[in-house]
Amino acid sequence: MASTALAAVPQTDAPAIQVEDLSKRFGSGPTAVDALRAANMTVYPGEVVGLIGPSGSGKTTLLKCLGAVIEPTAGRITLGGELVYDGAWRMRDLRELRRDRIGFIFQAPYLIPFLDATDNVALLPMLAGQPNPAARARAGEILEALDVAHRGHARVSELSGGEQQRVSIARALANKPPIILADEPTAPLDSVRALTVVRILNRLAREYRTAIIVVTHDEKIIPTFRRIYHIRDGRTVEEAGEGRPIE
Amino acid sequence: MINLAARDIAHGVGRYVATGFGLGLLIGVTLTMTGVYRGMVDDAQVLLRATGADVWVVQQHTLGPFAEPSSLHDDAYRSIRGLPGVVDTGNVAYLTMQVSHGGRPVRVMIAGYEPGRPGEPGYLTAGRPITRSHYEAIADEQTEFAIGDRVRIRRNDYTVVGLTRRMVTFGGDPMLFIPLKDAQEVQFLKDNDAIRNERDRLAANPSVNRPGVPGLLETVQDLQTSNRSVNAVLVRVAPGWDPQVVAENVKRWKHLQAFSAADMQELLVGTVISRAAKQIGLFLLILAFVSGAIVAFIVYTMTMAKLKEIAVLKLIGTRNRTIAGMILQEALGLGVIGFVVGKIAATLWGPVFPRYVLLLNEDTARAFVITLVVCVVASVIGIRAALRVDPGEAIGG
Repeated sequence: MASTALAAVPQTDAPAIQVEDLSKRFGSGPTAVDALRAANMTVYPGEVVGLIGPSGSGKTTLLKCLGAVIEPTAGRITLGGELVYDGAWRMRDLRELRRDRIGFIFQAPYLIPFLDATDNVALLPMLAGQPNPAARARAGEILEALDVAHRGHARVSELSGGEQQRVSIARALANKPPIILADEPTAPLDSVRALTVVRILNRLAREYRTAIIVVTHDEKIIPTFRRIYHIRDGRTVEEAGEGRPIE
Repeated sequence: MINLAARDIAHGVGRYVATGFGLGLLIGVTLTMTGVYRGMVDDAQVLLRATGADVWVVQQHTLGPFAEPSSLHDDAYRSIRGLPGVVDTGNVAYLTMQVSHGGRPVRVMIAGYEPGRPGEPGYLTAGRPITRSHYEAIADEQTEFAIGDRVRIRRNDYTVVGLTRRMVTFGGDPMLFIPLKDAQEVQFLKDNDAIRNERDRLAANPSVNRPGVPGLLETVQDLQTSNRSVNAVLVRVAPGWDPQVVAENVKRWKHLQAFSAADMQELLVGTVISRAAKQIGLFLLILAFVSGAIVAFIVYTMTMAKLKEIAVLKLIGTRNRTIAGMILQEALGLGVIGFVVGKIAATLWGPVFPRYVLLLNEDTARAFVITLVVCVVASVIGIRAALRVDPGEAIGG
């Protein structure tokens, strides 16, 4: 692993995410593009890590590989101590892997417009087989934790941008995943709301012992990370972040 | 688990129902076209049923009286009545023409018949049967004549004394029943100038106008201006007799053409209206394809409008079959709304059509099944599009 700085928070737990020499090549022959070249990353439970880099550096590709959306070309991915990729996926059902062990937060909230806030969150436990009442109770719990429980029956179109983003965060947490992948979650928000989201993510990471990777370009939130992975030309470089407290 | 299709429909219920309504109008047109076809076939059969004839006897070597002209002597029935199995006969004369009613021309088929014999209208909905020998008529309700109305046919006025229903030709023209003698006169009546001219020619003919043979000229003139022909003789056979056997006997012994009622029906449906039926059938086929294409397009458009949501659904672990089920249910929902709207529309506007529109329950049931099948097939395009969505599209903006 290319590590230029020590982890700001000493970790005693096993890593929630461990990426070793991960590569992804698109295409073949002379037109092939190496989006990832031996990328490495380690994220511990309860930690929020930034993943930053210029456009086309491989951030999204790394996120898609971690999210089991695309298959890497080589390397290893270990989630919660379990090897899930080692030149090939070790799990038969990647859909289950995404549903139960990875939460996604997107650049835009991408809530399902025909479901209300509660059902947007409850959908994941329902997909995992939970009965509707239990799933809705779980959704209410998380929405409460994110201060949007009072908007539980509101349609997506009736929610403000900040509320939508909170609901999307709640959805990511619905199945209590050990890992959350956040793809530029503050991009559409102003600085106050962006910092609020980061504060929420940090709180949730602590409370739920969730490892969160935040892909971002947002200068406002980069100083809040204690650890940052820079990615350039498909290679990761770890740095210590400022870990600036969020007011 | 939440029913995603129901939620999606509820989210945009106005647009969804409006789409279903539009589809319904198209289905309504399709159902109506089926009804027009059925009505046409029924029109062809109703006259045959109403006459109560088991065998139709017409001019030799013809397919009369509807498919081809037919003329036979009005005393042919006497010898036919003597054949085994024949219990009753009736002379009939048919001709299509425009009659005048209140100064308005009305196209009808004049049916001359002998009261109490085969060929009379099956039933009356108002008024009474014809009781006089001349100048009374029974009209189909479609003519919009009323009891007591006077109808001008050629030179004479007829009084409508009775009304009947569903007595139309295979062309959809309503029928006007009058006494046979009147119909024969109407059919062959010459204008006054022609009659005068004919009389003068006969009077100038020395072989007819003989001074030594009084009454000859008048007899010949009378023959020239009268009509002893009918278009067909309708035969009712005795119980237990096969109409086909009676028809064969007529053909063999009387040198006339004879058709059983079943043959006549086959003749009308199979030949006279076959081209129109094929035309409607082809039109129906095109409509079914168009309906299918429209459903497919609607379902595809609905799916394309949800690609991002579908990508998110797939990313968070929704099974493909759940997504396919959502699209399929929405397509079937459209089909059901469309069918209900179409059925109501066809039922409402069917009676407004000038020709009889017959909406059969079995056609309705068939149309419902076809609609659902078309929806299922059409949804395949949307489902394919949805299943091709890369869940990774939700990542990366």
